[in-house]
Amino acid sequence: MSITNPDARSLVADTRASVASYIKSGQPYIWLTAAAITVAFIITCALLVLTAARGLPHFWPAGLVQARYLQPGAPAVDVLAEIRSREEVTAARLKNAGLPVSEDQPLYERLLIKVGNRDLLGSDFRFVLSDWLVERSYPRDAVVLERMEWGNFHGFLESVRIDGKVVEGEAAWTAYRAAQGRVNELRERIRDIEKVQIGSVNYELERLRLAERRLQIEGKTPQSHPDAYAELAARRKEQDARYQQLREQLVDLNREANRDTVTMRTVDGQLIEMPIFKLVDGYRPNAMGTFEKLGHFFAKVWSFVSDEPREANTEGGIFPAIFGTVLMVLIMSVIVTPFGILAALYLREYARQGPLTQAIRIAVNNLAGVPSIVFGMFGLGFFVYFIGAGIDRAFYPEASPAPVFGTPGLLWSSLTLALLTLPVVIVATEEGLARIPRSIREASLALGATKAETLWRVVLPMASPAMMTGLILAIARAAGEVAPLMLVGVVKLAPSLPLDGNFPFIHLERKFMHLGFHIYDVGFQSPNVEAARPLVYATSFLLVLVVISLNVTAITIRNRLRERYKALDH
Amino acid sequence: MHESSSLSTARSFESIVAGKAPGVRGRYLKDNLARWVVGIGGLGVIGALLLIFVYLLSEVIPLFAPPRVEARQTIQVPGPQVPTVYVAAEEQGEVGMRLTAGGDIVFFDLHTGAVRSIQQLPQANRGIVGVTTLSADTGEVAVQWTDGRISIFRHTYRVTYPDDRRMITPVVEYPYGETPLAFMNEPGHALAVRSERGTLLMAGAARSGEIVLKRYTQEESLFGDVTLQEGPQSRFLPAVKPDILLLEPLLTWLYVIDRQSGKIAFYRLLTDEAPELVEVYAIGSAARDARYLAGGISIIVAQADGIVSQWFPARRPDGTAYLARVRTFAADTDGATITALGAELRRRTFAVGDETGRVTLFYATAGRRLITEKMLDEPVAHLSFNPRAKYLMAVGANGTIRGYDVHNEHPEVSWSALWGRVWYESYDEPRFLWQSSSASADFEPKFSLTPLSIGTLKGAFYAMIFAVPIAVLGAIFTAYFMSPEMRQLVKPTVEILAALPSVILGFLAGLWLAPYVETNLPGVFLTLLLLPLSIPLFGYLWAHLPRKLRYRIPPGWEAAILIPVVVLVVWFCFTIDKSIEAMLFGGNMQAWMDQELGIHYDQRNALVVGIAMGIAVIPIVFSIAEDAIFTVPKHLTLGSLALGATSWQTLTRVVLPTASPGIFSAIMIGMGRAVGETMIVLMATGNTPVTDFSLFQGMRTLAANIAVEMPESEVGSTHFRLLFLAGLVLFVFTFIFNTLAEIVRQRLRARYSAI
Repeated sequence: MSITNPDARSLVADTRASVASYIKSGQPYIWLTAAAITVAFIITCALLVLTAARGLPHFWPAGLVQARYLQPGAPAVDVLAEIRSREEVTAARLKNAGLPVSEDQPLYERLLIKVGNRDLLGSDFRFVLSDWLVERSYPRDAVVLERMEWGNFHGFLESVRIDGKVVEGEAAWTAYRAAQGRVNELRERIRDIEKVQIGSVNYELERLRLAERRLQIEGKTPQSHPDAYAELAARRKEQDARYQQLREQLVDLNREANRDTVTMRTVDGQLIEMPIFKLVDGYRPNAMGTFEKLGHFFAKVWSFVSDEPREANTEGGIFPAIFGTVLMVLIMSVIVTPFGILAALYLREYARQGPLTQAIRIAVNNLAGVPSIVFGMFGLGFFVYFIGAGIDRAFYPEASPAPVFGTPGLLWSSLTLALLTLPVVIVATEEGLARIPRSIREASLALGATKAETLWRVVLPMASPAMMTGLILAIARAAGEVAPLMLVGVVKLAPSLPLDGNFPFIHLERKFMHLGFHIYDVGFQSPNVEAARPLVYATSFLLVLVVISLNVTAITIRNRLRERYKALDH
Repeated sequence: MHESSSLSTARSFESIVAGKAPGVRGRYLKDNLARWVVGIGGLGVIGALLLIFVYLLSEVIPLFAPPRVEARQTIQVPGPQVPTVYVAAEEQGEVGMRLTAGGDIVFFDLHTGAVRSIQQLPQANRGIVGVTTLSADTGEVAVQWTDGRISIFRHTYRVTYPDDRRMITPVVEYPYGETPLAFMNEPGHALAVRSERGTLLMAGAARSGEIVLKRYTQEESLFGDVTLQEGPQSRFLPAVKPDILLLEPLLTWLYVIDRQSGKIAFYRLLTDEAPELVEVYAIGSAARDARYLAGGISIIVAQADGIVSQWFPARRPDGTAYLARVRTFAADTDGATITALGAELRRRTFAVGDETGRVTLFYATAGRRLITEKMLDEPVAHLSFNPRAKYLMAVGANGTIRGYDVHNEHPEVSWSALWGRVWYESYDEPRFLWQSSSASADFEPKFSLTPLSIGTLKGAFYAMIFAVPIAVLGAIFTAYFMSPEMRQLVKPTVEILAALPSVILGFLAGLWLAPYVETNLPGVFLTLLLLPLSIPLFGYLWAHLPRKLRYRIPPGWEAAILIPVVVLVVWFCFTIDKSIEAMLFGGNMQAWMDQELGIHYDQRNALVVGIAMGIAVIPIVFSIAEDAIFTVPKHLTLGSLALGATSWQTLTRVVLPTASPGIFSAIMIGMGRAVGETMIVLMATGNTPVTDFSLFQGMRTLAANIAVEMPESEVGSTHFRLLFLAGLVLFVFTFIFNTLAEIVRQRLRARYSAI
């Protein structure tokens, strides 16, 4: 039903007179209000489409164009590049940039192309004018190599040397693919030894050092407590032996991995030999069919979410950031749920309803609107500098002067965000409690249940979807929040995950990586913004996807809840 | 009967159902337990949230705590009983140093006055006529002997920890050799010596009234030996009687001060020629004393009328240098003569002592008198801070020494320093500046919150300009005109926008929107102009379409048919944008604006922030305003329509007046969000703390400033606490805004239910 005159078929249709009466009728203003909501709607959709449209093509193998770039007054350059974007630019701006453009043509199309080969060319990206990029072709044998360092390599496969034997021609590609697979497996094993096993040895050694320091602080000398020191020495020896063994394994593996090389020819004819161990992946985008490309796309998406970042976060995956975000949000949920529900129960069920409770309710509600950076300051000042430093003095004197909890870390981030999201949970739970009809509580009490029993058996189960909504909204807020985390614990690159195989397995004092901060850091602090940009869009898209699906879930639950209680009202 | 009734009341304390079944007691125990747990837990959580406010306040309050001094034991001048010419105290406030007129350096314990050691300067038998510091921070002191020659020594303190106890050993060194350096042939006065980049410059006044200058050049050999090369001596007759000479550490300026007539002659030093007189200034009364403040830029002059004035070189608009009288401090001496000046070594605090023994502390930049204390019962002869400024030594004319522990952590803060225009050193006029960090102690911290506050308001203002029309008009249509089916789709979609992490909006604004707007500026303005115009026009054309076509669109779906219109208009604007730029603005609108209008364009500017933050605010304002309009009781609108009002009349005369408090509170909540937003501003502005409202320049907001500077701030410093003050301001500001909005909304709800 519409509020308008029910006779009219359309609320803006019936004035068909002069301009003056059209204006007088108020129709233009109604159209304007309609336009406002249209604009808001379009902005929302455009934002979502924009992040998706910019993020996803990052995984799609784009074709490599081979062409000759003829800039007047400069030597011709051969390029083998991927076209990233195109835009129209006025001649005046180009002239300003020092390009010899002609004044007769007011507009030029400018392309941003990725030429790769940063080690040879200095930078992987360059702007070119479309008009000057001639003799374009898409050679089927053009190869993109993803490297561990220096970004992508664009060129043609010349030959592959496998265990001393040189393979050339079409067989070289097959041989290269096989060698790449073998090397990637070896790399996994090397990484496992370096990170996990040697990491655990180092962790153990550090613990032994701290144990010894602790003995010294407690005034126990090797003379007075020989047993304790002997045990430490024995354990240290054990770890040293383990380390030696791992070291030898590592040397062997590295020799194996560095065995094969590949020789590439760049578009301007240079021959370059590189060890396959320095490569991550190689593909020939121009020779791929749609299905192959799709397969490549999904493989890339998978490695994006499951790999570690490379090259100052501008390449590789974002697994540690996803992991850090999830772990932080989980710990936060564990803290915020019980306390939020307790506070809501108190305010709604136990506190005497009066002006004071009402004031507290408004205050709690308004805390949700306090800038998040203020919570971050509080977290840094109170949790880190005050409580954290206190914990260090009391429990970790042996680590001094290095702080353990007296520095930003996972625990403090979770606590800060728990505080930040408490109002969300309290408000949602309270709303849920308020929706439960009084008659239901009274029925329970009349049957002889105590207040606690009524709450536990009747009210809370009925309010649980509301609590769920609150929690989901809290998680969505926490997952996207960055400003406070910059003060209390995120870093651009964490050396180790806060959860690993070393006792006590979860390391609350460690710093961690976070999706939102990753976006900020890679987008704004990275040395190669252009190269990192697609990655940031992809990360943004992932974050948007997570946050929005959480919100949609919350909204769906809330709507279902409303339906359910509508039935109860009668 | 009576008995049983009392029994039943007794039992009713236990239970109204009066069961005797086993387990009832346990159940009540649990009930009580639950009451306690919920009570304590709930109050604890609320307390924790309250703690935020209390904690912020506790970090801020010390900023405004008045400085204190604590007296130590009064001691008599240690060592030989000859007049004192120079005193100093070391870092820890444990060991003092006193230089006598006889050339003895006496190190003594600052607590007890016991002599630690006495060292004699070479040539000490001649007697000292003048003393000056080369650089207070390194402890280098120059003395002039009666024969006119100069000795330069350095007093340093080695700290060792034998047996875990701190031991301070004073050491005297001679950086320029033990042999005195030739300077004048007579005992001069008003000595000034400075060393800068290999040049040692001495200045002194001769009996004839001439000023003698002498340069030495230092040469460092490959092996690190320093040899001094004696330069020529030059003389000139100054414009005023040379009673006090002050030499700038960088050897650019020389101040000659005439005590009696109260004049300062301001000279520019030239390497090969005689100094050039810039100007002579009258200070207004006779001068008592003058000295440099920390940093070596400002000088302070004690005047006979009880005023201390601060001066430093500045530039006029035409580029010529002059000596600016920057600010004055009333020492409030009740006519007592100022007898001593002492300055801190690393901050702009200075102490003024008078003939009654009173000492007053000032902070120059903040223009603030910190504290007045009667320290001695005799005229104050010397005042000396230790390098950390935790200790102040006052030496009386009769030889009494009184030491004070100074608790003066935050002298930089005053109302005028935080909010007013302040004339900082090396600037040519008073300005609003925020420049917090520098490694060097010579740096004058600039803590004006004005540019940050203006930046905050500017960002919020432009965001609201962008967001409020879209959000409120959109809310009106959605709540009042839109068909319920469409509303069910549109409202959650727009509300989803509120959940979009601000870091993503900031990233898009900084890396996509900012460059896009920069290259498509005419298109942006064209859109802002054409979009609002084209919509009513479309409405007019729509009304003239054949009925058949119009009736295909069900009522309340007008917004849907506008989607292609809006998209088309925007697309059109950005398509012809380049051609317009090429035609009207010579192909580069920024350059055109800069040349024709004098408007400077930054890539990350308020326009970009306004749009990005506006997008963040739209869903909040929209959601609350829409609720307010939608919940206007239906019988009001139906009544109005029934009386023959058009729907627009009903909207403006009935619905909007009723819902206006709700719309108002929506705007307030949106404003609160815009003020506190951090990531968008951090990423989409250049974060320069400028004080202007230009649409095409960036800004730095309070919130972004906290995010940028907090991690590097030293805990407990003035800077750290000022950041907390900024946080507290944000907290209180948003809290008040939100509370007001909430109260308005609750009243509105009550009013609706009353109707």
